[in-house]
Amino acid sequence: MDNTPAPEARPGAVAAVVVRLPGVLVDLFPGAPRRVEVPAATVRDMVDQLDKSWPGMRDRICDSRPAIRKHINVFVEGERATLKTKLKPGVEVFVLTAISGG
Amino acid sequence: MAEKVLVLLGTKKGAFIAESNAERRSWKLRGPFCETWPMNHVVADPATGTIWGAGGNEWFGPAVWKSTDLGETWTHSSEGLAYAEGEEPIKAVWSLAKGNGSLYAGVQPAGLFRSDDDGRSWSHVEGLQKHPSRPHWNPGGAGLILHSLVIDPADHDRIWIGISAAGVFYTGDGGKSWEPRNLGTRADFMPEGENYPEFGQCVHNLVMAPGMPNRLYQQNHCGMYRSDDGGKRWVSIEKGLPSTFGFPAAAHPRDPETLYLVPLNGDSAGRYVPDAKAAVWRTRSAGSEWQAMRNGLPQENAYIGVLRQAMATDRLDPAGVYFGTSSGALFASADEGESWIDVTQHLPSILSVETLVVDG
Repeated sequence: MDNTPAPEARPGAVAAVVVRLPGVLVDLFPGAPRRVEVPAATVRDMVDQLDKSWPGMRDRICDSRPAIRKHINVFVEGERATLKTKLKPGVEVFVLTAISGG
Repeated sequence: MAEKVLVLLGTKKGAFIAESNAERRSWKLRGPFCETWPMNHVVADPATGTIWGAGGNEWFGPAVWKSTDLGETWTHSSEGLAYAEGEEPIKAVWSLAKGNGSLYAGVQPAGLFRSDDDGRSWSHVEGLQKHPSRPHWNPGGAGLILHSLVIDPADHDRIWIGISAAGVFYTGDGGKSWEPRNLGTRADFMPEGENYPEFGQCVHNLVMAPGMPNRLYQQNHCGMYRSDDGGKRWVSIEKGLPSTFGFPAAAHPRDPETLYLVPLNGDSAGRYVPDAKAAVWRTRSAGSEWQAMRNGLPQENAYIGVLRQAMATDRLDPAGVYFGTSSGALFASADEGESWIDVTQHLPSILSVETLVVDG
């Protein structure tokens, strides 16, 4: 159950976006859900919010350049995003693991 | 109290633990742990039984995993395990060692980190990166990795590291300043006349003799060596061995004259055991003489290799010796190498082998 108030109910507040996380990522953070709503205006904000809830998650999604990791893809409205990508209120953000390994 | 022996395995697809009693004849295998991440080095603190795993995942980057219940449950952290913004990010953690209450981690690209809270958070030992040779370090086949970490048990400010392919470096002040220690070790891959550089050697593995902190043994890409002065000068101990190439080295737990190596047939000959007959080579004389230990090891069609961190001894008497192959087999000897059994055959590629002896 999502208890996040609608953005219009909180004047000045950052609107929430819907984040879909890969199972192999949430497995690293006991209790983390596959679908979560966080207030974020950019992908960078979104990652910061995830890290607040599950410390260390930023390091799994981003490297220290900082940038989204080479084999992680973040998609927003069908486009591959960077940390700077702006997020519209309520938009769905897909965090995916790329094809990798052997 | 009965003792339990744990052989800690880092593999390309997770950590595993093989467990036996002090007889070391019958083994049980547990794993895979660490969410099947590639685990380059799994070590334990004999004082507390805490186990750490050095990993690097293609998707999620580097982390050090930790278990305080002999592998039943694990956590992971990479807090602080990062170079400055804009620099090439850390790809994986390659080696771990405990000393002076701190846990050290060697990473790729080559650098050293220290944790003072048992692996929860990390700080960069910046002195190594500031060495003037740093811009000239070149990666070996596995990348520019800091894979060997040797700490003087009597003086924890003294640390030796091995970097492929920058060579051996030493600090006497806990990591503030470093100097190369490669005198006498060859770099056959350099042009003629430039085969003994100050740094740039391809060290494969570095170990310390027990009770003699200035005696180090080294398996190099180009030869096997011993130093009796903390690495200031190295002497070849290749005579009597079937090749000059190999990856791992393992010291005996009590005898500084005893060393175990697994020579392979050569860097451009397939990197198998010579003649496809498996043998661990043992010296009881600090490298003056060598003996092939084959009893129980495959002597036909054994096209096996053993990687740099994939051999270890345990502290029991007689000492156990263990090695894992890049094709996923683990072999064990409970009698200092005299005879061997195969513990398991079908693991992922074994990257590291370490031991832990605990009260059962």
